[in-house]
Amino acid sequence: MARVGVFVCHCGENIAGTVDVAAVAKAALDMPGVVHAVDYKYMCSDPGQTLLKDAIKEKKLDGVVVAACSPRMHEPTFRRAAEEAGINPFLCEMANLREHCSWVHDKGAATTEKAIDLVRLQVEKVKRDRPLQPIRVPITKKALVLGGGIAGIQAALDIANSGNPVLLVEKSPSIGGHMSQLSETFPTLDCSQCILTPRMVEVARHPLITLYTYSELEKLDGFIGNFKATIRRKARKIDEKLCNGCGVCQQKCPVKKIPDEFNEGLSFRPAIYVPFPQAVPNKPVIDVKNCTYYKTGKCKACEKLCPTKAIRFDQEDIVEVHDVGAVVLATGFKTMPVGNFSEYGYGKLKDVIDGMKFERLASASGPTGGAIRRPSDGKEPQHVVFIACAGSRDRLKGVPYCSKVCCMYTAKHAMLYRHKVHGGQATVFYMDIRSAGKNYDEFVRRAIEEDGVKYVRGRVSRVYEEDGQLVVKGADTLLGAEPVEIRADMVVLATAVQAQNDAEELAQKLHVSYDPYKFFAEAHPKLRPVETNTAGVFLAGACQAPRDIPETVAQASGAAVKVAGLFSQPTLTREPIIAVVDRQPPPVFSSCVGCFLCKSACPYQAIEEEVIKNRNGDVLKVVAKVNPGLCQGCGTCVSTCRTKAIDLEGFSNEQVFAELMCI
Amino acid sequence: MRVGYYPGCSLTGTSREFDESVRSVARALEIDLAEVPEWNCCGSSPAHMIDTTMSIALPANVLLKAKRAGLAEVLTPCAACYSRLLMGKHEIETKPATRAQVERVLGCPPGSLDELPKVLNVIEFLAQIPETIAAKVTSKFEHTVACYYGCLLVRPPKVTRFDRTEDPVEMDKLVALVGGKTIDWSFKTECCGASFSISRTSVVGRLSSKIMQDATRRHAEAIVVSCPMCHSNLDLRRREINRRMEKPTLIPVLFITQVIGLALGLSEKRLGLKRHFVPVKLPAKTLPAQVVS
Repeated sequence: MARVGVFVCHCGENIAGTVDVAAVAKAALDMPGVVHAVDYKYMCSDPGQTLLKDAIKEKKLDGVVVAACSPRMHEPTFRRAAEEAGINPFLCEMANLREHCSWVHDKGAATTEKAIDLVRLQVEKVKRDRPLQPIRVPITKKALVLGGGIAGIQAALDIANSGNPVLLVEKSPSIGGHMSQLSETFPTLDCSQCILTPRMVEVARHPLITLYTYSELEKLDGFIGNFKATIRRKARKIDEKLCNGCGVCQQKCPVKKIPDEFNEGLSFRPAIYVPFPQAVPNKPVIDVKNCTYYKTGKCKACEKLCPTKAIRFDQEDIVEVHDVGAVVLATGFKTMPVGNFSEYGYGKLKDVIDGMKFERLASASGPTGGAIRRPSDGKEPQHVVFIACAGSRDRLKGVPYCSKVCCMYTAKHAMLYRHKVHGGQATVFYMDIRSAGKNYDEFVRRAIEEDGVKYVRGRVSRVYEEDGQLVVKGADTLLGAEPVEIRADMVVLATAVQAQNDAEELAQKLHVSYDPYKFFAEAHPKLRPVETNTAGVFLAGACQAPRDIPETVAQASGAAVKVAGLFSQPTLTREPIIAVVDRQPPPVFSSCVGCFLCKSACPYQAIEEEVIKNRNGDVLKVVAKVNPGLCQGCGTCVSTCRTKAIDLEGFSNEQVFAELMCI
Repeated sequence: MRVGYYPGCSLTGTSREFDESVRSVARALEIDLAEVPEWNCCGSSPAHMIDTTMSIALPANVLLKAKRAGLAEVLTPCAACYSRLLMGKHEIETKPATRAQVERVLGCPPGSLDELPKVLNVIEFLAQIPETIAAKVTSKFEHTVACYYGCLLVRPPKVTRFDRTEDPVEMDKLVALVGGKTIDWSFKTECCGASFSISRTSVVGRLSSKIMQDATRRHAEAIVVSCPMCHSNLDLRRREINRRMEKPTLIPVLFITQVIGLALGLSEKRLGLKRHFVPVKLPAKTLPAQVVS
């Protein structure tokens, strides 16, 4: 006969406010098999746990039901307490009286009645629980970092410096990301490339970092500690070992007029190119779409002139599978295209540009060598209007969230412009100035007070061209919504930060959840900011939400610590809630008939075929077998099995039926 | 094809030519306009400034009458009527308390305001039948014009859900359909002064002159509108406008249905082209559209 103890928690007023907890405890005493039932104010507190432990010992309990909050909250707490009192932790079950009852119902007899039913279910379950042993699985101590921007670089370096190998995968030909395109950085105005390139070089030189540029993740299988990542290494059409980065091929390539992605289309590049001079690795790629040879079958100028004979027109993509134990997602962001803003000229007005273009104009390595010249005619603009919140915080036509970095970079842009064009005027239209951050507000004040940037609080309704000048129409809401009309030479839009175009696809590949704007979702908005709901997959940088550089770097280091922490364990402990195929004595061996419907139903490829042979090696039967390392305990195979040969440990058919039958 | 028709007060008064041209074009396209029986005021300017309930009950009553007459769609050429009918429908559909109050005011049983007819403006309606129009074009409208949409057709976007809010193009497409050219300009949805046409004509002069200025600078031969108020401001108040123009202009202001009517070969009289204050005189041969930058 079972000896079950029931412990009803008040959770302060959370449960006791709506449920008559004393009545629940009293009713539990009448349930068959229950020998002990009490209620207590806070079961999760130290005295509460002691109460549980003492009862197990004194009353010789062989099953425990804690009627409290969600098992997601405190199941580990009570199972540990049960274990300390000397019983198997899996003989402790929780009835969720808070989320499933007191929080969602009004006070009343019916609510208490439901609470009693919830307890009854778990009593029936716990009576049929078997002691289970946790499963130990090995960990592959190698991390995969996706994205070679500052987030990925920082995470890769931190993980590698903790002594674990890293595979850093970047889809473009060089690492560096958006940060390599920036001119100066707020709030210190230090040159972005000057602080970034040493990190890039460090990545390339680090013995524990394998760098795969021009590569993409195709597939991710497996689970925490034991992922299998399929990576496509796109053909550069170059033998990287032979290429010495001399640059002759780029000079001799006859195709010259391809808009340069690194310079945001403000300049041109050839079909064989290195994205920017400090690129890591400094090896060119052939842009197959634009190369004359791939289009017409003739040319091969680069091949003829390459001094090291490194050009390989017949090179193919390579697909590799790597075993990794953890993944850091650091795939970054994109900005909303200027073409989205009909009121600002739909991208048709050449001198209406976005913030990234302005970064390239202001950058010493940019197409103008750092001189501010407007794209239409190359003249130095005498009046530049900056429009903050182009698309951000616009529930109707843009995105409802704040893109966070725009207030600061707009102040920086206006400041840089005033430093470079002394007589020029900079006007910023803004909604609010959001400059929370160390030395951030001081930076904005400096733009306004020392550099004479004019801030107008109000939104711009329209930008149009008249007599070769841009007319910016807006309102000054601090002056009683007075209409303002400014004739400007150039307009810079602080366009909204958005998730990458392929973010949704990638999230689905990794089984990571994402928000309505396709930013990857963290496991908990406050307490688990770098983890995802998929164990072993971590987040860093702007793929999670708009972020600036300091925050991105901090988060990347946080993710790296999580990975290092995971790798510091010798093995991983997993809950033994897995499916098991029954085994019986010969001649039946198993009630499995080997139809393998379960194999096609399993979303985790956890079902294997086991061949049962006799001593002579003759095959007697082929039956299903569950790989305990891969099984996630979803139960799909259990419901698929035609002969009921599969059961789920801890949630057996018998237990579930017993629960259903008792109400 | 049969569609409900709600002319509203403007089309029986100041904008008779809009009514005439809509009816003529409909007849030419073999569309049966079924006027909403015993229609009442849409609740624009006077009602919605004074009484919120009234401003919803009035359009609701119009739509209720149309529904009882078995009409699934109601075409309303006037932009103000369009705005009120849409707004009334939107409020009833989204706010149960308002719906109950309107039901009380109208004295109709609960549930009678379910599934009110769809409200269409002229551009929206004509854009549904491009093939029918194209098939009936007899003389192409070979002129370069400025399509002026005004404020009410596209706003508020979450209610109207019609065209691109900041840069609408549906009227431009209709003009192109009948052989015309349209200029790319920035004043498509700027304010013309609206109902200040009556109380403060100087405001209309100031606002409308900017619209006229840009249209003439970009060599439009005419302005095409789809709103009686836009029309009266740009046409009736031309003296106030011209007083503020660098160069006074006499380019005419046409309704979109008049443009389509001309392309369908309808007579000036049937399209009410003689009723404008600024005479409708279009150059015999069009100039290519010039982009002024």
